[in-house]
Amino acid sequence: MSDAVTALAATLRAAAESGRRLRVRGGGTKDFYGQSLDGEVLDTRSNAGIVAYEPTELVVTVRGGTRLAELEAVLAEKGQMLAFEPPHFGADATVGGAVAAGLSGPRRQSAGALRDFVLGVRILDGGGRDLSFGGQVMKNVAGYDVSRLLAGSLGTLGVILEVSLKVLPVPVTETTLRLELPEDKAIETMNRWGGKPLPVSATAWTGGDLGVRLSGAEAAVRAARAKIGGEVVDDARARAFWTGIREHTDPFFGPSVPLWRVSVPSAAASIGIPGDQLVEWGGSLRWLATGADARVIRDLAAKAGGHATLFRGGDKAVGVFHPLAPAIARIHANLKREFDPQGILNRGRMYPDF
Amino acid sequence: MSMRMGSIDASRQAEVAARLRQTLPEASVLHDEEDTRPYECDGLSAYRELPMVVALPANEGEVQAVLKTCNDLNVKVIARGAGTGLSGGALPSGEGVLLSTAKMGKILHLDPVARTARVQPGVRNLSITEAAAPYGLYFAPDPSSQIACTIGGNVAENAGGVHCLKYGLTVHNVMRVRGVTIAGDVVELGAEALDAPGYDLLAAVVGSEGMLAVITEVTVRLIPKPELAQCILAAYDDVEKAGNAVADMIAVGIIPAGLEMMDQPATRAVEEFVHANYPLDAKAILLCESDGTPEEVAEEIERMTEVLRRSGATEIRVSRDEAERLKFWAGRKAAFPAVGRISPDYYCMDGTIPRRRLGEMLHAIAELEKKYRLRCPNVFHAGDGNLHPLILFDANDPDELHRTEQFAAEVLELSVAFGGTVTGEHGVGIEKINQMCVQFSPDELEMFRGVKRAFDPPGLLNPDKNIPTLHRCAEYGKMHVHRGQLPHPELPRF
Repeated sequence: MSDAVTALAATLRAAAESGRRLRVRGGGTKDFYGQSLDGEVLDTRSNAGIVAYEPTELVVTVRGGTRLAELEAVLAEKGQMLAFEPPHFGADATVGGAVAAGLSGPRRQSAGALRDFVLGVRILDGGGRDLSFGGQVMKNVAGYDVSRLLAGSLGTLGVILEVSLKVLPVPVTETTLRLELPEDKAIETMNRWGGKPLPVSATAWTGGDLGVRLSGAEAAVRAARAKIGGEVVDDARARAFWTGIREHTDPFFGPSVPLWRVSVPSAAASIGIPGDQLVEWGGSLRWLATGADARVIRDLAAKAGGHATLFRGGDKAVGVFHPLAPAIARIHANLKREFDPQGILNRGRMYPDF
Repeated sequence: MSMRMGSIDASRQAEVAARLRQTLPEASVLHDEEDTRPYECDGLSAYRELPMVVALPANEGEVQAVLKTCNDLNVKVIARGAGTGLSGGALPSGEGVLLSTAKMGKILHLDPVARTARVQPGVRNLSITEAAAPYGLYFAPDPSSQIACTIGGNVAENAGGVHCLKYGLTVHNVMRVRGVTIAGDVVELGAEALDAPGYDLLAAVVGSEGMLAVITEVTVRLIPKPELAQCILAAYDDVEKAGNAVADMIAVGIIPAGLEMMDQPATRAVEEFVHANYPLDAKAILLCESDGTPEEVAEEIERMTEVLRRSGATEIRVSRDEAERLKFWAGRKAAFPAVGRISPDYYCMDGTIPRRRLGEMLHAIAELEKKYRLRCPNVFHAGDGNLHPLILFDANDPDELHRTEQFAAEVLELSVAFGGTVTGEHGVGIEKINQMCVQFSPDELEMFRGVKRAFDPPGLLNPDKNIPTLHRCAEYGKMHVHRGQLPHPELPRF
């Protein structure tokens, strides 16, 4: 056990004994996200560095406190990447924080979400116990999939010491196209593309403009470009555009109205709420900048088969995350008790009651 | 691997059957031995036990009724799909109810626009792909038992197949699961959207071997069928060279749609059986598949061929048409039955290791063949390091059986020591439960038990599988291998 891990474990054990609440924090770039921040900061950044990286295995094992940008640079040197394109929301974002937040970027629609790339984790649970689940291999069904359970758990179940992630080769080529389409047509078109073997790796529609990114072999991208049409966006502008979507630096995310993240089945009709909207992930993700009533938004999202998160801004008293069904909420509370019996880790970060 | 015959308490059996018949039709509750005998084992037929009662619920309401009754009476419940599992996950108990999903076999809704299918748990894997085919879509996980195995079983085991490297496992292709807990609560995990609020309980349930909830409905993701697939068959005069070719392929940035390997004994067994025209003098063969648009495939096949040639292939054949591609695969897919023909019994392992250790593992297995005087052909999903060594033995010879068990245990423990896992896709079930003591520490096993408690507080859903008790580990007497380090690295292992 490294000194950093020993120190983190000691802090956790002491906190568990005294019932002192801790707020697990990497670079703090996602402090805005979640219900509430409670407890003394437990800084994870002392536990940093890449543990193992063998490009031919398509796996990297990295400590939680490592800066995300540093990991991505190491992968890029070998022509590989984190295919789920995690948002950083700041230069200090850490790998542990990205896994805990569980957020994925534009490529999620084709490559899969962060949770799909988590192969294993090493954590300290709420009692400071050092536990490893999963591993460094692609296929592993020994025991329950605790690693994926940790992804997106917002630090409420444990401190992520190490994570093993599947990585993928950077696509040989990428091209971005721009098409003018109204919202309903855009949703319909994105779903139609989704049913065809086209190398569409990202989509983003807002204000009548649909951006489509194609990624893959030269021949496949060339053929798809002909099928899709539209105008080609030059490479530098395209890169800036997708970074803006991922990092929320695009002008759409500028205004200080509450930002809602509405996750629905891809073919769901327009959510129909006044305000600006940006549609990603082939229609599955709808960002709404709106001051509309939370109950109305949640109701519409649920009717469409999805859920709504108050992502940024607004009044958190309405509940940041979509309420859980009672039986599901009970399982959550039970899991929290098993991983963190004293309830000291990120209390209230996800739901007020744990 | 010994036969077990549970003795059934007749009065308890009568009580449980009578209570179940209060809510289920008479014919959906079986307890006569001639009716329950077909359920005594799954694909791991060396383990058998007659279930006390078999329940065949026809819908979610009936599943709820069975679970509530069992919860009230404190009876164990073991769920079963088609019973094709290879690790004894659906092995019944003489003190428990076997819940078969056979009567829930309907495809409820297929949405070609959103590319999803909502199906009941007893729907066969292949029938989903068949239903989706008219829309140019398919369900990616394709375990070799796909003509028979059910989606409920696929979810319970997190089933894989030969295309996982590129298209993922069941966990990557299932969006939502509806199920019933032992308390009788209906729960929805995941969503038909790309994510759901709260913890990723869907991930916990996929691969949980029926220990957390009984599945009543599954929404799967359908993906577009590639326009074209083409396969390369490459022969090698050395097993290690073939193993290295796999790493070389990944190193240049190619993710094949399938990348499979068979050693010479496996190739020979298969050739006699299906006449796939495999090169019999090769020490190992690789099957490497490319799929996509015709342009894409042409480009990729060229790059793949180049890599295979550089890695020392003695022969390279590219499938000229779909018939030939299917012929290449026919051999690989028939590997288990083919081996079944040359030996009275075989024992299939499922360890997964980092790809770079493939060569080492094969040499180790060759040494173990000598040590235990048993033959062991090898087939594997080389692309994801998932091995299926097949130990040939005769179950009627107690000593061979014993040697087989020891042989298998050594291979699985070596998989853990190499930084891998005892099971890549077949599940732990009853078969590999002892090796879980090697792969996980007592604290980690306790956390698994905690996850089970969170879903199933009384511990009635498929208990005694997957997660060993500390007592069992103590009896097994093997040490936990900590993060891939053998207890005495200085000692030779063979």
